Amino acid sequence: MINSSEILSTLEMIERQHLDVRTVTMGISLRDCTRRSPEHTARNIRDKICRTAADLVRVGEDIEREFGIPIVNKRVAVTPIAEVAAACETDDYVIFAKALDEAAHEVGVNFIGGFSALVQKGFTSADENLIRAIPEALDVTERVCSSVNVASTRAGINMDAVRRMGEVVKACGNNAAKLVVFANAVEDNPFMAGAFHGAGEGECVINVGVSGPGVVKTALEQCKGAPFDEVAEVIKKTAFRVTRVGQLVAREASKRLNVPFGIVDLSLAPTPAVGDSVADILEEMGLERVGTHGTTAALALLNDAVKKGGVMASGHVGGLSGAFIPVSEDAGMIRGAECGSLTLEKLEAMTCVCSVGLDMIAVPGDTSAATIAAIIADEAAIGVINNKTTAVRLIAPPGMTLGDRIDFGGLLGSAPIMNVNKYSSDLFIARGGRIPAPLNSLKN
Amino acid sequence: MKSIVTVIGADRIGIIAAVCTELAKLKVNILDISQTVMQEYFTMIMLVDVAACDSPFGELSDALSELGKREGLSIRIQREDIFNATNRI
Repeated sequence: MINSSEILSTLEMIERQHLDVRTVTMGISLRDCTRRSPEHTARNIRDKICRTAADLVRVGEDIEREFGIPIVNKRVAVTPIAEVAAACETDDYVIFAKALDEAAHEVGVNFIGGFSALVQKGFTSADENLIRAIPEALDVTERVCSSVNVASTRAGINMDAVRRMGEVVKACGNNAAKLVVFANAVEDNPFMAGAFHGAGEGECVINVGVSGPGVVKTALEQCKGAPFDEVAEVIKKTAFRVTRVGQLVAREASKRLNVPFGIVDLSLAPTPAVGDSVADILEEMGLERVGTHGTTAALALLNDAVKKGGVMASGHVGGLSGAFIPVSEDAGMIRGAECGSLTLEKLEAMTCVCSVGLDMIAVPGDTSAATIAAIIADEAAIGVINNKTTAVRLIAPPGMTLGDRIDFGGLLGSAPIMNVNKYSSDLFIARGGRIPAPLNSLKN
Repeated sequence: MKSIVTVIGADRIGIIAAVCTELAKLKVNILDISQTVMQEYFTMIMLVDVAACDSPFGELSDALSELGKREGLSIRIQREDIFNATNRI
């Protein structure tokens, strides 16, 4: 039998250190929903999601109670809508966003991802329709999340798409918190706002995202001043324990819903709650404030050790898997940004070694679309050259300037407005075209 | 199905009696008990079998936390698997 101290340490992880399963996400293929009529297609979309995900929330809650482990979010990810709607006789795709939103309300999930298009090489007319619809779609719906993949290591960077997304982010205002611009997007990411059910996925799948920055931070408190070999070992062991919980929940949810288990995403995802911060882990390693010199190295170690520990704990690992560094969703990051230690430039450097990218960052409301596009281009370049997923979730709240703070509410948290470079990127972004795919040898 | 009941709270007379009476009422079979008092805090861990229990797990869990509220204790029941998962390879 498990001994008392093991039981108490697990309870301590859950009760005091915020160990939770961040999301159980059901991926649903909508490929069979397409009809010529947009109304008929929208109805099929709604019906299929409501039918397939009917028990998702109830099963999630049952598992929560039986295992005593919080499952913070239950979510749905669907086939990119640009692919589902391509054959419909309409160029107004807002109807499909509304169908997704209605289905999300009906099945009781708090977000539904997949109002998406993959345009890393070029736009189909359906992709054009979808991108045009994003600002209105996010405005008239509550739970729909959107993502657009603008670059990949194989295709290079679609700079026309980058320019368009700069304009879309700007047009979305505060709703841009529900919009992610990707490079090398993955098909099985369970985390919002970037989740969608990719082309290589099956009919329906359960993906699980774990969390647990608080657990890692507490574990590191026990090895103050120890060399990094020891730090890496402690993180690996902790990540193993955290991921085992995700694997258990994934297996159980898959069995009860009779849906195949896809992957466990090993990401360390923070929340605005005190003690649930990735920045706190970096500071625990000896940095006075996150963002100071040494932060990138600390994050690199953390990200790698989390993967090494987690990968043995789960049968299938996928998604984004690493450490997330959203600013507004992490109390420590907010603190760093407010005191001036954490800047946009440092965050960009950190994204070279972390799992995703510039996440939940607020910039002044008068930031130009071209500057936002240029930030997206920089981030996409990091992903494309380094063979990794990168993303930008940037918000330019209208009317807000440096010194202000925007509150998104709930898990999305609040963010101080961060400074952007005041010099123009207009002519750079106006060029358009494509940045060619990079060479994958002669690496230096 | 094996589960773990944990009872934590300020030590006083009758905690074990109260918890065991409630478990018996719910038809939960106790397989093993370990109990200690750490810094005046009573900590009891029980391995139980809920196979004979008629009510769904959620109700069982509610009944125990209700008892906990009445007695000023924190009482939880969780499936054993969660502890195996976090502590065993």
